[in-house]
Amino acid sequence: MLKISLWGKVFKNPVIAASGTFGFSREYNELYDVSILGGIATKGLTLNKREGNEGIRCFETPSGMLNSVGLQNPGIDYFIENELPFMKSLNTIIIANLGGGSIEEYVQGAEKLDKSDVDIIELNISCPNVKEGGINFGIKSNMAREVVKEVRKVVKKPLVVKLSPNAENIVDMAVACVEEGADGVSLVNTFKAMAIDIYKRKSVFKNVFAGLSGPAIKPIALRMVYEVSKAVNVPIIGVGGIKDYKDAIEFIMAGASLVQVGTANFINPFACRDIINGIENFLKEEGINSISEIIGIV
Amino acid sequence: MQYSSLKVLENREISRNIFKLTLKGKYEVKPGQFFMLKSWEEPILSRPFSIYDKGENYISFLYEVKGKGTEKLAKLKNQDTVKVLGPLGNGMDISSIKGKVALVGGGIGIAPLVYFAKNIEADVDIYFGFRDEVYGIENLKCKNLYISTESGKVGYKGYITDIFNPFEYNLVITCGPLVMMKKVKDVCKKTATPLYLLMESKMACGIGACLVCTCKTKDGMKRVCKDGPIFKGEEVVFDA
Repeated sequence: MLKISLWGKVFKNPVIAASGTFGFSREYNELYDVSILGGIATKGLTLNKREGNEGIRCFETPSGMLNSVGLQNPGIDYFIENELPFMKSLNTIIIANLGGGSIEEYVQGAEKLDKSDVDIIELNISCPNVKEGGINFGIKSNMAREVVKEVRKVVKKPLVVKLSPNAENIVDMAVACVEEGADGVSLVNTFKAMAIDIYKRKSVFKNVFAGLSGPAIKPIALRMVYEVSKAVNVPIIGVGGIKDYKDAIEFIMAGASLVQVGTANFINPFACRDIINGIENFLKEEGINSISEIIGIV
Repeated sequence: MQYSSLKVLENREISRNIFKLTLKGKYEVKPGQFFMLKSWEEPILSRPFSIYDKGENYISFLYEVKGKGTEKLAKLKNQDTVKVLGPLGNGMDISSIKGKVALVGGGIGIAPLVYFAKNIEADVDIYFGFRDEVYGIENLKCKNLYISTESGKVGYKGYITDIFNPFEYNLVITCGPLVMMKKVKDVCKKTATPLYLLMESKMACGIGACLVCTCKTKDGMKRVCKDGPIFKGEEVVFDA
């Protein structure tokens, strides 16, 4: 009922833990068996290890939160050697989220991941928290074209491009990525945002800007998924503020074949599990035989 | 670690803006461990609180009302429920502690140290500093208790670091404002006294996945919630 096959992979349900909110899945696996998930996206990976940003990294805003982690990660080699074997031991689809500062860095990272056991590569051209984190590639569609074209040349695995809501035009951006060979698009990453400490008279974040996520962004993310789904004919992964099964079904009805759940894991550590169960109950109650019947129905 | 809804047994203002919250639940908790608490829909995140006391069927916390989360916590009444995730963090294996121990706390940072004092078998001296009112020290188990207040209301008038000397101790554990912990670190370095710091940070997941609560250390950025909250003194890098 919840099963969906895409890119030659079988997802047992459409719920994926979003990159950056689930680490490499060890921590949440201590709480519940994360093999029940449709998939897990890794913390954003870069070719070389990154320490991430200094100073405050998290600040709550109404119905949301700002983060400025700055792609802290152990690097792709370490990931493949020390984290991937555990993730692969889980019975779920593993999506490697790949960040980078230059086309060469993306390509080198993508080559390594393509040779590894990950199932899917999610090209992150949308991290707003590091200058060289790919956001520059996520704003202008001609920049995105370049990086997707080069990465596609070295990647045989399914390649999904994670789009930024900060793109000049998210529909043009999605179309450009698909034209250059993306097998799918995931949207949206966090919104570039900020908060000011009025007593210190400066930005809360050392990096000035941060990424906004959580329920606050859901209606905008939903609109973007809807618009993009009308313009491209590849599968879409919907992400942005999904906190319960109703939100997830809205994204699916707007055109997403899969959804990612991020900040909701912090609101309720069992959010992914609860959303999977909620979707299943909804389908039963509505007399829907398969999730694919409602994808893009709106 | 478990995720549960616990009933409030007591939620009382014990000093101005300082509350003691007791929840019904059975837990094994190491000193220094903490729980993520939430009794609201908005703000969206839980708040981390160190264990202050524990009995056969309850766990207690001390908290200072500082923002939107703690304001909502302060309104809880008996029998209300709180979502609780924990125990979390490394905590300390105190069975190996030998000799004389000093616990140096400032303000609401005394909360986890009271639980250390209750559980450490070795001789414990306590140095607690407050701004004005003194709180949280009933039933305190220790050999010597030194109190300071900035106002001079109780004990020594000034900062607790003015009267603390690590010279005679085999181990020092500290928790409180960064500026206080930095001073404690500096004096412990002079006497080469082993030191542990209990770090505080804003957190999101509380279990080590999201990397928003990191603390700068000699070995890079570490997670306060998972690698900490207890860190070795020499490990932590304080920005000037």
